Amino acid sequence: MIIPLRALIQKDLRLFFADRRSVIMSFIAPIVIASFFGYIFGGLGGKTETSRIPVLMVDQDSSAISRAIFADLQARDSLNVKAAAVDEARAAVRKGTATVAIVLPKDFGTDAGRAFFTPTQKPQIDVFYDPSHAAEQSMVQGILTGSVMQVVSREMFNGATGNALVKESLAGIDGSAGLAPADKKRLRDLLQSVEQWNERSPATQATGLSAGVTVPYEVRQEAVTARAGVQYNGYAHSFGGMSVQFILFMGVDVGIGMLLMRQRGLWKRLRAAPLSRGMLLGSRAISAAMISMLILVVAFAFARAVFGVRIEGSMAGFLGVCVAFSLMTAAFGLLIAALGKTPDAARGMSIFVTLIMVMLGGAWVPAFIFPPWLQTVTLFVPTRWAMDGLDAMTWRGLGFSAAIGPIGALLLSTAVFGLLAVAKFRWEAEDR
Amino acid sequence: MLEVKDLRKSYGTTVAVDGISLRIRKGETIGLLGPNGAGKTTTVSMIAGLLRPDSGEVLIEGRALGADTDPIKRKIGLVPQDIALFDELSARDNLAFFGALYQLEGAKLERASAEALELVGLTERAKDKVKTFSGGMKRRLNLAAALLHDPDLLLLDEPTVGVDPQSRNAIFDNLETLKKRGKTLLYTTHYMEEAERLCDRLVVIDHGKVIADDTLHGLCRLLPVTNLLSIELQNTSGVGPLMLEKLRIVDGVRSAELTESILKVGVHDLSADAPGILQWLVSNGHTYSHVVSERPDLETVFLSLTGRSLRDS
Repeated sequence: MIIPLRALIQKDLRLFFADRRSVIMSFIAPIVIASFFGYIFGGLGGKTETSRIPVLMVDQDSSAISRAIFADLQARDSLNVKAAAVDEARAAVRKGTATVAIVLPKDFGTDAGRAFFTPTQKPQIDVFYDPSHAAEQSMVQGILTGSVMQVVSREMFNGATGNALVKESLAGIDGSAGLAPADKKRLRDLLQSVEQWNERSPATQATGLSAGVTVPYEVRQEAVTARAGVQYNGYAHSFGGMSVQFILFMGVDVGIGMLLMRQRGLWKRLRAAPLSRGMLLGSRAISAAMISMLILVVAFAFARAVFGVRIEGSMAGFLGVCVAFSLMTAAFGLLIAALGKTPDAARGMSIFVTLIMVMLGGAWVPAFIFPPWLQTVTLFVPTRWAMDGLDAMTWRGLGFSAAIGPIGALLLSTAVFGLLAVAKFRWEAEDR
Repeated sequence: MLEVKDLRKSYGTTVAVDGISLRIRKGETIGLLGPNGAGKTTTVSMIAGLLRPDSGEVLIEGRALGADTDPIKRKIGLVPQDIALFDELSARDNLAFFGALYQLEGAKLERASAEALELVGLTERAKDKVKTFSGGMKRRLNLAAALLHDPDLLLLDEPTVGVDPQSRNAIFDNLETLKKRGKTLLYTTHYMEEAERLCDRLVVIDHGKVIADDTLHGLCRLLPVTNLLSIELQNTSGVGPLMLEKLRIVDGVRSAELTESILKVGVHDLSADAPGILQWLVSNGHTYSHVVSERPDLETVFLSLTGRSLRDS
């Protein structure tokens, strides 16, 4: 029985490699797209140059404070700040060429300084933003808050504007109707202290509050990867994800190919030979699994050579996940052949199902960003296990024990798909 | 070589094959005739082991055809109605693949491929991909793919569908060669002329039943009209309904129709009846310039056997 089995498998492999479209889709497309996604989502060590948020600043005040805020925002790595007029800024946000526009109104500096110490009317900053970039708007507003606090406080405790405003505030305390007499005394004491602080000798002005109010802590960041000294590699996830996606597309082609064989009478000729049904389906499953393994090996070999993706965890676990996923793909292809009535009808539905599996499996974006209920649903999607297994064995650097769950889930899926395929396969359909 | 006993097959409430029995001796060529949907392909599929009959049995050299892996299937070569080949592979690779399904390998496989290619006249194109072949060449290769394991019984399911006359002749030459080599052929077709050229016997089926099983000569004997004389008259003056009425009562005349200057006269026994008819025409002043005798086609046979037109079935 080895001669026909070998011939059946060889035939599938030859037909696969003879089809240029299949080869490009299976080998080149995942590499190209995974390279792109890997670069976008962090690249090697998260060092990818991220795009800066385009911000327009309308300075209607032109005071020392507003100019300092503009300069401070321009110095931020995450922002690309340019000056503009109000109408120009609003139009740019509407067109999408700017994500956020900030309008500092006339007298912003003095009004903000007054509001810093006394319960007076606060000046209003208008922020125009593109509603499709709400997250960026929040980020810009946070940076703006910090910048305004720092610049205004620095000016209050150090600058000429601050001095004048402190004196003005001291003069206005007695006339302030909203303050109790005891509070007026405490505020006068505070402002007099600030006045004395501002009038100290220039030699001591470089210390303390001269820099303004700043965030009272420092952050030390540490990416937890396989082990100390190993950087996170965004390409590991993207290559896993895209390989999974395009291997499943290959699985769809396997199913469609079998339906085409049925349509063209080839299946009839195969069945006329003294071969078991198990060999006819099994040989197709073996060849599909071999192609799947080859795609994974080529994709990760490329990722290793070009982007430094390494199997930081168990190599046996990685291979186990690859083999289990390849078998699952083969069974998935057989299931399409079993359930599909015609190649055209089967193609649309199976591609839709594949894309849903890929999406829910976390091949495009990691599953942990899904809401909790959806994460629970994805436990029933085999691609989720494939992605978890590949992530665990690559950049997470976990041991073989972390691969057992994914391998088990994928083999279970293989069994379910395979049994369904055998049960539903229409052996006699073409002979009506 | 092949015995089919009371085969029955239904799909739901539709009866596809309804008790077909036939027997083919070794070296014999049988034509299985019938319109589309008559049950020809279903019958062939059951004989080839592709379909499990609801009842009845298929015996190959006296042995019942068993499960999928029954070695007796090696005695059968199937030429499907479709061109069942891989377009992306060469002719030789296609044959190597189909040969391997029957456990052929190495020198034995190469020899079988070379012989099959030679038989169908495609040796020169052995290395070319099938997708570069004409329809006729593909049909010939389709036949060759069924010959690699040297089967004794060839099941040919309308193997000339859609080919030009030249390719059809080439396929017929191939089949005649196989016939001379002692192969047993079961040939399904729509076309009487194909069956007439190739087959020793014809089995006509309709609605899943055998309605006739005889030689072509035997089938024609069942017909009221076995030959149609087409007589081109030199002068049609005086030829009308009255003349046709008189002609229809002449000995041996079964029918008489006139279309323009062509008089068509149906007879049962050509050699006995034709001279008298021609003499009657001359003696009644109707001279003729051309006479042709036509045999009945499958349409006529089928109409006679079922009372229905083949095309309408």
